[in-house]
Order: sequence, then C-alpha cells, then structure tokens
Amino acid sequence: MEISVSVNGTDHRSDVEPRTLLVHYLREDLGLTGTHIGCDTGYCGACTVIVDGRTVKACTMLAVQADGQSVQTIEGVANGDELHPVQEGFWECHGLQCGFCTPGMIMSSIALLDSNDDPTEEEIRHGIEGNLCRCTGYHNIVRSVQYAGARIRGEEPQGASQEVSS
Amino acid sequence: MYPAKFDYVSPSTLEEALSILSASENAKVLSGGMSLIPLMKMRLVRPTTVVDISRIPGLDEITDEGDHISIGAMVRHADTAASPLVIEHAAALAQAAGATADIQVRNQGTTCGSIAHADLAADQPAAVLALGATMVVASLAGTREIAAADFFVDTLTSALTPEEILVKIKVPKGGKSAYVKLGRRGGSSDYPIAACAVWVDASNGTVSDARIAVTGVGSKPYLAAASAQAVVGTDGSGDAIAEAASHATDDIVVLEDLYGSVAYRSHLAGVYVQRALEEVLA
Repeated sequence: MEISVSVNGTDHRSDVEPRTLLVHYLREDLGLTGTHIGCDTGYCGACTVIVDGRTVKACTMLAVQADGQSVQTIEGVANGDELHPVQEGFWECHGLQCGFCTPGMIMSSIALLDSNDDPTEEEIRHGIEGNLCRCTGYHNIVRSVQYAGARIRGEEPQGASQEVSS
Repeated sequence: MYPAKFDYVSPSTLEEALSILSASENAKVLSGGMSLIPLMKMRLVRPTTVVDISRIPGLDEITDEGDHISIGAMVRHADTAASPLVIEHAAALAQAAGATADIQVRNQGTTCGSIAHADLAADQPAAVLALGATMVVASLAGTREIAAADFFVDTLTSALTPEEILVKIKVPKGGKSAYVKLGRRGGSSDYPIAACAVWVDASNGTVSDARIAVTGVGSKPYLAAASAQAVVGTDGSGDAIAEAASHATDDIVVLEDLYGSVAYRSHLAGVYVQRALEEVLA
C-alpha cells in the first residue's frame, strides 16, 4: 500500500507491503543504513529512530504505521559537516567502541536532551535504558551525553576528564 | 524477521473497525503494537487482517469524568505516566506506566493494549486490579463493562472476545495507591520478576478497604485477597503490613523461570506487597 512519510525533512511516497517493518523501509527502500538492526525483538534499541518527536524502535513498528508521520534517523542529525552536539560528545568522550549501538544511542540521547538539557547522571542512565551497549559499560556514553548537554546549554564541556560514579 | 503476510486496514471510525473485526475470521487489533508486532514477527500470531485503531479520533484522550477518570484505547504508556489526572487519582497506574519496559516502548505501547494483551507479568493489569478499574469494551452488538477482577482470565487470555475492542478503562477516584516493582534488569526496567500494586482507603486512621494485586509471580496478575483482608480494619501498622505480606502467594501456583525460582519469587511477592503497603500507609 502507498505511504507518505517525511524522513529527515524529505517527503517520500512509497509503495510498501503492510508487513514491511519501518527499519527495513528505511534501510532497504530508502538506503538509510545508519539505523541498525540488532536484536530484532524490541530489546536492544539499535534501531531507535524519532517518529513525530518521540523515540521508537523501528524494528517493532510497521512502515504503514508511520504513514503521514515525520521520521528522523541518524542521517538527519548532523548539519552538513557540522556534527550534532550529541555526535560531537560521542566523538570527544569515546562514547563508542564497536559503534553498533551508537546510532540508536545517539537518537535516544537527542530525545533525552530535547526534554531536559541538564540531566543528572541517573537521568541519563534512565534515558538510555532502552539502548543496550555491549562494549563501553556505558560510562563514556554518560560522559558523552553530559558533554552534549553542556554544548547545548552553551557551556564549555568538560570533555573526557569528567568524572562519573559507578 | 518480518511477519507473515496480512491485510492492513486503518479505519477512521470505531464502527468501521468493529465491522471489520466482526467480518474477519482472524483479525487482530493493533494499537501500539509492542506486544502484537513481536508475536507476529516470531510467527506465533498470523492474523489475516490487522486493524490499526491509531487513526480513530478521540481514542487517545485521558478525561476527568467526575467520580472516575477515563483512559482511551490509544493513550500511550508515556502519556499515562505523565498525566496529572492519572498521577493524582490513580498513582499506581501512573507508576506502572512509567515503570513499563523502556522509554521507546512507553512512547509507542498503550495502556489499554497492555491490558488487552493480558501478559502474565505485565505492569498495567496489577494496577487496574488494585484500583478496581472497569474495562469498557465495544463490539457491533454494543458496549459492555467488565470489572478488572473479571477481566484477566489466564495467561495471555482476557475476557475480550475476538470481535471486541477495549475502547477505554474507567478508574474510580479516591483512596491512595502505589505500584512497586523489581524489573528483570534491576530497577523497574523490563518485565517485573515480581511487582505489587496496592490501593487503600485509609482516610480515618484505619484502613477501611484495600485491594492488593501481584504480577509476575503466577500464571496471571491476581488479587491477593488474604493480604488485603490482613490490613482491612487495622491501623496499617508494621505488624498488619507484615501479616499481609505473609499471604502474598496464598492459593497461587508460583511460576519460575531463569529470572527467579519459586522460592525466590514467593519471597519477592511478600517483599513487594510490604513495600507497596508501606508506601501508601506511611
């Protein structure tokens, strides 16, 4: 069936099978392979995208459910060559190792900072509860989000030297 | 993984949705899809028709109806958790909604969808059992109301028939309630290993009425009647709470899985009955 979806500001009209998952539509029909498929069961959050302002797991949403809605993926986050503050934070604070969880982690972090640009460490850990990372132990991800929060607030980020508790 | 083929319809009126359900052999209602879509991907469920009710206007509202609040079929967990009305009048449900799964699931999944799905370890059923809520169910034949206590029949089995839609729940105002939970990943994330919702009417220094619901422990979320009896008529002291906790699994076949043995879960049921009661009687 025909759907009309805005993805990263570009309108797309596409013919999809009803059983097409949003993540497959993004990756295979639109070629936006930055959104990853991890567990494929709704647990890991690697496929997190923002639909109408809210994070969702694109492996557990049908493309037809997104008809008429606005989707933001990792490809739509940077402003040209200028990294989004959250991307910059992950870069500066080594918020990734293998990088597989990173696109979803960044989308969740953006949504978190959109609602609260000065989260506590606990709020950050809670804010990324739907995203699993098997490399970092989350410490540097927390630092990355703290860095991005400072950037967004217009403050000087403390970078990788920032201390976080266990 | 992707589901088996199905026809997708997204009606714009409830009547249309009910007609499709009534005419189809094997149709399923889709609200947020957080339970249905994983089941379809694993091919445990193969509906011929999926009826998406998300485009029916008016189903996404939480309203104040005087003596109760009403939560529509398309109200997402995140909205239930953040609603001032729910927080004020049905704290246990707001807390259950805020403790469900993770943020992405709460953004997409619905309160009514979780209730209709009737998972044996879901958060919402415990809250509506304790709050004494009523499920409002529509079909082409009309509307009927089902008390929460009669709604959860067995594992993944509710009193809903295939041609019915849970259109809203009615939660009575009054009393005080709370939901506390141990999630599989610690804290409240993920399904509960054990969790408890309590509601008490304790306005005059004595507990005049109470309902205590436990989820994650047995084959379905259940009302722990003996636990409630143990606090009703008391002043809600520590002794009464301990007595209530000791009856948390009376007459219940406690299930075990890789998250907890029968002994551990039985212990946790008591602990969470105690903590929930302490929260409302403190």
